[in-house]
Amino acid sequence: MKTKTTKRKPNFTGIVWALGERPIFRPGDNVRIATRSPIGHYRMPSYLRGKVGRVESVIEPSALDNEAEGFGRNAGSKLHYYRIGIPMTEIWADYQGSPRDGLRIEVFETWLEGI
Amino acid sequence: MGITQPGHEHDHDHSHAEISQSAPPGYYEIMETAVRELLIERRLIGADEIRRQIEVLDFRTPALGAKVVARAWTDQGFKARLLANGRAACEELGISFYDDTSLIVLENTDKIHNLIVCTLCSCYPRPVLGLPPDWYKAKPYRARAVSEPRAVLAEFGTIIPDDVEVRVSDSTAMVRYLVLPRRPEGTEHYDEEQLAALVTRDTMIGVVPATVLTERSSNDEH
Repeated sequence: MKTKTTKRKPNFTGIVWALGERPIFRPGDNVRIATRSPIGHYRMPSYLRGKVGRVESVIEPSALDNEAEGFGRNAGSKLHYYRIGIPMTEIWADYQGSPRDGLRIEVFETWLEGI
Repeated sequence: MGITQPGHEHDHDHSHAEISQSAPPGYYEIMETAVRELLIERRLIGADEIRRQIEVLDFRTPALGAKVVARAWTDQGFKARLLANGRAACEELGISFYDDTSLIVLENTDKIHNLIVCTLCSCYPRPVLGLPPDWYKAKPYRARAVSEPRAVLAEFGTIIPDDVEVRVSDSTAMVRYLVLPRRPEGTEHYDEEQLAALVTRDTMIGVVPATVLTERSSNDEH
């Protein structure tokens, strides 16, 4: 898998994309991380659930939902990961440090909602 | 002198305690052994495949990452490619990504200090750095690196000025991180090999800057 931090324009117009094939968020979009608590091992740390952040970049290409794969489901479960930036002060009300300090994390599309 | 036993020639000249495992195996050790033996018994994997993977892991060391950093410090074109796509740039140098992870290289500047952690477990850029240090896998580091990174850095002797942003990257599923430390001042005449010698494991995790004085004697003063 290769990481692309820049958005690439398709060479031709009029290409019809399959559902889930294109990232639904773009750099600069504000997003909220879902507060779901499914049973099992999920690669979305609980200290960030419900927090608001901003999409910094789209991780290309799309990748398998490894949480679904863990349960033997993987057909058609490819979506994008996004690199999300979250201010430390958004995560910790009593954060000690510069208000510019921040966290970065890769989040799978199913955990994000646009705001 | 060593203890002489029948059929056991001891030819080194110092004594030591018997090298043995005294504590009984723990729950997860027993589980690992059971799963491993089942997988081999069912012919899903072979014993040699496990041995080989351990060999692969042990061969990867921070010396590889140090060469990558030194190349980036001396070759602007390579540095640009490394920051654009860490994995592809490392593959250019012949470093394979056997675990199929991608790599984001994070550049430290005079305005941003990057630190890497895996709060969930021990995700680490193993293809370029090898196995992570024990403290990286321990819960105090994993919890505190994301909640009080400046205090953690201070415990490593690294004081980050208030006007520098501390940026913590938490590794999750597919992406690994490598910190590209700042090239120390006064190294303009260093060649790539001399530069690589300044790049330690901890500089690439982001807990310390790369410095010319990386010898132990300089740390003793802290």
